[in-house]
Amino acid sequence: MKLRIKFTKHGPVRFIGHLDVMRYFQKAIRRAGIDVTYTTGFSPHQVMSFAAPLGVGLESNGEYMDISVNSLPEAEKEAEAAGESPCACVVRRLNAVGADGLEAVSARILPENAGNAMASVAAAAYTVRFREGREPDADLTAAVGRLLAKERIVITKQTKRGEREIDLRPGIYGLELRDGALHMLLDASSAGNIKPALVVEALLADSGESLARNALLITREDLYTREGDSFRSLGEIGSESADCPAADETQASSFTIDKIGSKSADCPAADEAQASSLARVEISSETASKDGGAS
Amino acid sequence: MIHRLALSDDILMSVSKPERYIGNEVNAVVKDREKVAVRFAMCFPDVYEIGMSHLGLQILYDMFNSMEDVWCERVFSPWLDLDAVMRREKIPLFALESQDPVKDFDFLGITIQYEMCYTNILQVLDLSGIPLAAKERGEDCPIVVGGGPCTYNPEPLADFFDLFYIGEGETSYKALIELYKECREQGLSRVEFLRRAASVPGIYVPRFYEAAYNEDGTIRSFTPTQEGVPATIRKEIVTDLTDVRYPVKPIVPFIKVTQDRVVLEIQRGCIRGCRFCQAGQIYRPVRERDAKTLKRYALEMLQNTGQEEISLSSLSSSDYSRLPELIDFLIEECSANHTNISLPSLRIDAFSLDVMSKVQDVKKSSLTFAPEAGSQRLRNVINKGLTEEDILRGAALAFEGGWTRVKLYFMLGLPTETEEDIRGIAELANKIAAVFFETVPKEKRTNGKVQIVASTSFFVPKPFTPFQWAAQCTKEEFLDKAYQTRTAITQQLNQKSIKYNWHEADASVMEGVLARGDRRLGQVILNVYRKGGFYDAWSEYYDNDRWLQTMAECGLSPEFYTHRERDVDEILPWDFIDCGVSKEFLKREWEKAKRAEISENCRQKCQGCGAAGFGCGICAERR
Repeated sequence: MKLRIKFTKHGPVRFIGHLDVMRYFQKAIRRAGIDVTYTTGFSPHQVMSFAAPLGVGLESNGEYMDISVNSLPEAEKEAEAAGESPCACVVRRLNAVGADGLEAVSARILPENAGNAMASVAAAAYTVRFREGREPDADLTAAVGRLLAKERIVITKQTKRGEREIDLRPGIYGLELRDGALHMLLDASSAGNIKPALVVEALLADSGESLARNALLITREDLYTREGDSFRSLGEIGSESADCPAADETQASSFTIDKIGSKSADCPAADEAQASSLARVEISSETASKDGGAS
Repeated sequence: MIHRLALSDDILMSVSKPERYIGNEVNAVVKDREKVAVRFAMCFPDVYEIGMSHLGLQILYDMFNSMEDVWCERVFSPWLDLDAVMRREKIPLFALESQDPVKDFDFLGITIQYEMCYTNILQVLDLSGIPLAAKERGEDCPIVVGGGPCTYNPEPLADFFDLFYIGEGETSYKALIELYKECREQGLSRVEFLRRAASVPGIYVPRFYEAAYNEDGTIRSFTPTQEGVPATIRKEIVTDLTDVRYPVKPIVPFIKVTQDRVVLEIQRGCIRGCRFCQAGQIYRPVRERDAKTLKRYALEMLQNTGQEEISLSSLSSSDYSRLPELIDFLIEECSANHTNISLPSLRIDAFSLDVMSKVQDVKKSSLTFAPEAGSQRLRNVINKGLTEEDILRGAALAFEGGWTRVKLYFMLGLPTETEEDIRGIAELANKIAAVFFETVPKEKRTNGKVQIVASTSFFVPKPFTPFQWAAQCTKEEFLDKAYQTRTAITQQLNQKSIKYNWHEADASVMEGVLARGDRRLGQVILNVYRKGGFYDAWSEYYDNDRWLQTMAECGLSPEFYTHRERDVDEILPWDFIDCGVSKEFLKREWEKAKRAEISENCRQKCQGCGAAGFGCGICAERR
């Protein structure tokens, strides 16, 4: 049986790199006494898959790891009396033995046919703020509008093999300035992942500015998978209960790509559409966490 | 959670492995700074990954934090990138848990595990804003206390420490902390506290002693300068290891550290008495932990940390009397919980091979022998009770069991060593290869061959060993011996199966200077540090010329400390320490060594070393 665990990363632990977060959870799962599945052989390891590496220094409200378990925990009598589900028990136990700042927020049983977390990631939502004193001079609202109106946003990316030109535009599914923060929905697939800093650099480059070193405070809000033409939070897949693992009651909160219209510069309503879809992204992630004990 | 970090995001994002500096690990102890009476900063003066792998640090951290009114936190050497930033931006060194400056603590305890970390001690003091010279420290400075194996000759560091704790930390710290609180309540000065601390068992306050020197540079006298300060300091020791606390909730680092596993200390001390080995003398007598308690600790530690590997720690683990029982238990428990067992180096015999085949992949693992010397004669000199027959028999058993890789450890430059002894290294490696070809028929040779890796290190005489009087080789002699070894190996029939590694010689010479040095070396350490030298334990940052030049500037010669055989009547810088093993015993052993005579181990026959005076461990069992 596969479980998808959603967790957040805040505070000093944001400086812990991806591989160390994996190592952290391997140990936390053992401390929590979760009956995780191991591979066989002389150096058995846990069957575990993380959705997408989070850069060092970034915070997150929506990280995911899938683990295989042989059985769900049997809730302690007290918890059972309080109506705690086995998934809620996993979350509670992980947090009881966890490090501050790495908090499990939900666990769901994945349907048999669900793709693993890493393969299914298509997009990520970010909230990006400028550090105090490192705000740009440019009018960001106008810059956002101009950027989104472009057909192509070609930047030069440094790679191991040298420089490569890439077009950011197709991977920007949403971009909006609200309450002093940039809200972005970006391609996070393994083939086309876009870092939020690249988008900010492109925004600033348009008005002749460059991004100051370590100028951004970035929070990853959630990760999404693509289902046909729509995006869906990884946290919505699966169910809290083992009885109906294929339950799919949250379909309504996902949204479709064509409404964003990000690929179509001809579409005059692109900006508006993006703004509204981003709002919906946020609603959907909230729904996911509120759904936590409901189903 | 400590949210406020000592370092800004900009700095943390610019240095390598920022996780070294953020604390907040699982099982790290956070107390309310307002509610504790004494704050103790426990420092391992090297990088985080090394320091966090040290069992002693976890033991003392747990012990101090079990005292309700004491909060013990950790401090490590910042890596070079952060070191530069802290100096540039004048950021004081901080402890990991509270992120508060070390300067604000009551104590800074520094564990001193190897000589080449001495300059890092100065780095830690300097970055903390604590004057390097103990006598220049004001009332606002923490009391700087040193402990660990190097304090069995603390003299080269005497200028930099307020006090040294000689021996095992579990016994006297409580009394020291109580004395500190008492002195503070009475408003007594720092110096008055130190004067009183000098009477606490195991405590050495270097400023209250004076050394005088003869014209030839040897010590004429070493005496206390104050009334009531003891002339000798006897090491502290835990008499019953089963009663004493053990850190069953060790800190779990976020990053992969050198010892990325839980460690179970099964015994202290060693029965063997190898004559080159300092640990084998200073940790006497051997004391075992009760197997039943160890089993409980193992389960608790694995539960409390979630670590996926456990290792056993001790000198000569094969001598632990309940080893089979303990290992059987661990194998059973660990296989059920997908936990790896990392075995200590065991004497290779049927038992250990059986155990190893259960916990390791035979095809991938290698077998380790530490003959230390190439010939039986020289093995007798060093009292290494391992014969060629033992090794060849063990190797044959192992080859039958499927192992094809063997590691051999030797030392070069041992007292009385001849070219013949060096050739013995090559010949032994060759014989082991021959055993493989004799034991394993062609059709069963899975990889077709055997791989033997012989490694040599250079012998550095240490205080409180029978070789404390011995001459150490010069760099040139060391390199010549390594060359001879390599040449001898290339002349062997099975040379294609043998690979040879040797260590660098420069640092071994300087390690020898510091190991048997006296107070005058304080100036050298200070000046090397002032010229920018630290992280000397890391060969890429060790600058031999800087050390040699600084020694010359101070009017001292490395040869005086290393290349000279000392007279047994010479006053040695560490003579004022009583480690339990008597000088008479060490002299007897030195004489026997020169005659290539062996001594039985503690279990076979008591050699009267003096450790029986502690009235515990194997010495008490024998009565």
